Amino acid sequence: MKYIDEFRDGDSARRIAAKIAAEVRPDTSYSFMEFCGGHTHAISRYGITGMLPPNVRMIHGPGCPVCVLPIGRIDLAISLALDRGVMICTYGDTMRVPASDSLSLIKAKARGADIRMVYSAHDALTLAEQHPDREVVFLAIGFETTTPPTALVLRDAKARDVRNFSVLCCHVLTPSAITHILESAEVRQLGTVPIDGFIGPAHVSIVIGSQPYEHFAEEYRKPVVITGFEPLDVMQGILMLVRQVNAGRAVVENEFSRAVTPEGNLAAQKLVSQVFELRESFEWRGLGEVPYSALKIRPEFAAWDAERKFELHYTSVPDHKQCECGAILRGVKRPADCKLFGTVCTPESPMGSCMVSNEGACAAHYSYGRFRDVARVDIAQAAITSIAK
Amino acid sequence: MCLALPARVVELLPKLRAIVDLGGVRKEVSIDLVDDAQTDDYVIVHVGYAIGKIDPEEAQRTLALFAELSAAQNTLQPSQNMREML
Amino acid sequence: MSIKKNYLRPIDFKHGHIDMTHGAGGRASAQLIDELFARAFDNAYLRQGHDGALLPLPSEGRLVMAVDGHVISPLFFPGGDIGCLSVHGTVNDVAMSGAKPLYLAASFIIEEGFPLADLKRIVDSMAAAALEAGVPIVTGDTKVVEKGKGDGVFISTTGVGIAPPGLCIDGRSARVGDAILVSGTLGEHGVAVMSLRESLAFDTAIESDTAALHTLVQSMLQALPNPSDLHVLRDPTRGGLATTLNEITRQSQVGMMVDEAAIPVLPQVDAACELLGLDPLYVANEGKLIAICAPEVADTLLSAMRAHPLGQGAQRIGTVIEDSHCFVQMNTKFGGRRVVDWLSGEQLPRIC
Repeated sequence: MKYIDEFRDGDSARRIAAKIAAEVRPDTSYSFMEFCGGHTHAISRYGITGMLPPNVRMIHGPGCPVCVLPIGRIDLAISLALDRGVMICTYGDTMRVPASDSLSLIKAKARGADIRMVYSAHDALTLAEQHPDREVVFLAIGFETTTPPTALVLRDAKARDVRNFSVLCCHVLTPSAITHILESAEVRQLGTVPIDGFIGPAHVSIVIGSQPYEHFAEEYRKPVVITGFEPLDVMQGILMLVRQVNAGRAVVENEFSRAVTPEGNLAAQKLVSQVFELRESFEWRGLGEVPYSALKIRPEFAAWDAERKFELHYTSVPDHKQCECGAILRGVKRPADCKLFGTVCTPESPMGSCMVSNEGACAAHYSYGRFRDVARVDIAQAAITSIAK
Repeated sequence: MCLALPARVVELLPKLRAIVDLGGVRKEVSIDLVDDAQTDDYVIVHVGYAIGKIDPEEAQRTLALFAELSAAQNTLQPSQNMREML
Repeated sequence: MSIKKNYLRPIDFKHGHIDMTHGAGGRASAQLIDELFARAFDNAYLRQGHDGALLPLPSEGRLVMAVDGHVISPLFFPGGDIGCLSVHGTVNDVAMSGAKPLYLAASFIIEEGFPLADLKRIVDSMAAAALEAGVPIVTGDTKVVEKGKGDGVFISTTGVGIAPPGLCIDGRSARVGDAILVSGTLGEHGVAVMSLRESLAFDTAIESDTAALHTLVQSMLQALPNPSDLHVLRDPTRGGLATTLNEITRQSQVGMMVDEAAIPVLPQVDAACELLGLDPLYVANEGKLIAICAPEVADTLLSAMRAHPLGQGAQRIGTVIEDSHCFVQMNTKFGGRRVVDWLSGEQLPRIC
């Protein structure tokens, strides 16, 4: 697969790993936050953590839209389905997020709710057109990458006057989340979460461009390297951050230059601004209320806004008392620090959203990395070298 | 942020749609957000929509960066490394 | 078999549909069994016409029995259908104990209104699969449920076979140092089925790998001077390779170390999995097996597998190691290491 396989080459990986090892200063510790869930997933899936020197630490940020979706929002969708017979369409990852009353969308489905998994927002609109007698609501989640497709679908729904279709909008914004973290007590005052730089989002940046990050570099003096999702991209991005830290620089660099430009996809941005506007505040699971961090549907599209159509009122629901998702999403704690991790909370029975999505820090650690928590397995060299002729 | 893949445009279709190919697998997607996409362009596809294009020259440049000769670099002192990558 | 004189007219397999009378046990049931099932599966045991079949058993060896329910949807997919799948699945379950499958029983639960043309297609496919495998369907049952209470048709197959005396192939027998082998490329069945949903098109179609593996198993056993050097056989169906390896580590109380670069996957399956947001390690296979054997016979087994049509792509993918936590670890192609865990819940495609 072109533009994929070359960016997963093992030899290049070893080369970059050697460079990182050679260039880190032995007396310095480097903590970088990778914002995107996609990066969290890549780091775990390819075992990148094990290829970094011990004084480079990756902190998993809240860039997983499933992980930051609050219980109250899922409750709204479940209630629409169970109480009002609405067909709810959503992406796969959302189906297992635990909500109130031990329900999730997938458990609600088992109780008779009509919940459909879709690969694309377009599929939800098609379902609405195929079932004119049913109300169809698309639960729209995601950061700036996923917002333009929802905008297109709303535009099409209005143009074709599909009256039984609406969107429950839970789209969130990356820069606001990064600001919120940088402004948090742990980072700003207490220094509990040292962040020396950011691995910037890949696909969000295709849409919004690299310019919006310059603010972080200047205002907070933190280097940002926009990095692609393939493992070589991630390693190169880490190397570039190490170099900036060593040189005392704090600028925005673009490792993902093959897809990201300074201004981004202007057509997509324009479309989004025509359909959506900023919410004054929005609750993020784990972060609490974050100002100007999310989108709502503009009045011109009111007939396709599920919140207006069904007069939905959002109620905040707290997480399980011992669930540390909030702290983990802010980088304050690690999955293994949570008392519920691996015992009560597992991918089969997730208590919090960090365990639900494949790229949540807890799920990633559980699935790919928890073997590091235990004593290293002693493997005879012969066993490895004799594998696969 | 999200699962998005580079795929080659093999056929343009009406109403801003296209067929793309990834490793021999073909899928129909929307190119509404990248309406200047042409056959043989590589677009990045996310949830059934192309959201951007791959610049082949930049891709080559990035790969060349990864393949930098390591022998010299291994002994390079950090303070000497001031390469601009923007 | 000729149509009996007191039947009114032959069943219309082109345009007809199943109705409740076909499951009632009366004339319509009998006609369906005669004209469809018995005709397709025809063998001496079936012709006995009893409720149960009277079967000879070899004098030595142990009886192996396996049962499988098939509820796959869609019923027809590239490379197969629920019919041949139900034959291959149970033949394979029996074969995974090292046993020679001898007989099959098949039970059908059909939904009212199901097209007879589809039913005939499925039954003919089962008959062909059973004939090719050399394992006759010797007894069966048919029931009909009201419309809405079924999903077209559910098929349950039971198989019996004979395992040679002294052979001990089971999930608890993997030992530290053993070699882990797979018989060929992974992920095709699951991708073939899922691609229908997403209307993915392929240059060369990805087809389900559904196949009966018992002759492959027999040639593997025959190639070994000491058959007890083959410790575990299992077919990685639902949940894929990853789930099956995890089952074995827990049953045998060992760990495993596999090499991603050694795991064979067709490039198009890889690409389809990327597009669908799936991991090939967790995708179902219906015509592949995993073999765990003493390291000194690994090469012999691989040669025997590769000489068989269903084992041409056989590879060694890893080694059994000591590990009290029973992890399946993998060296990634990239150079790092990760755990390959159980499948949790259903594999839901990611957007992110």
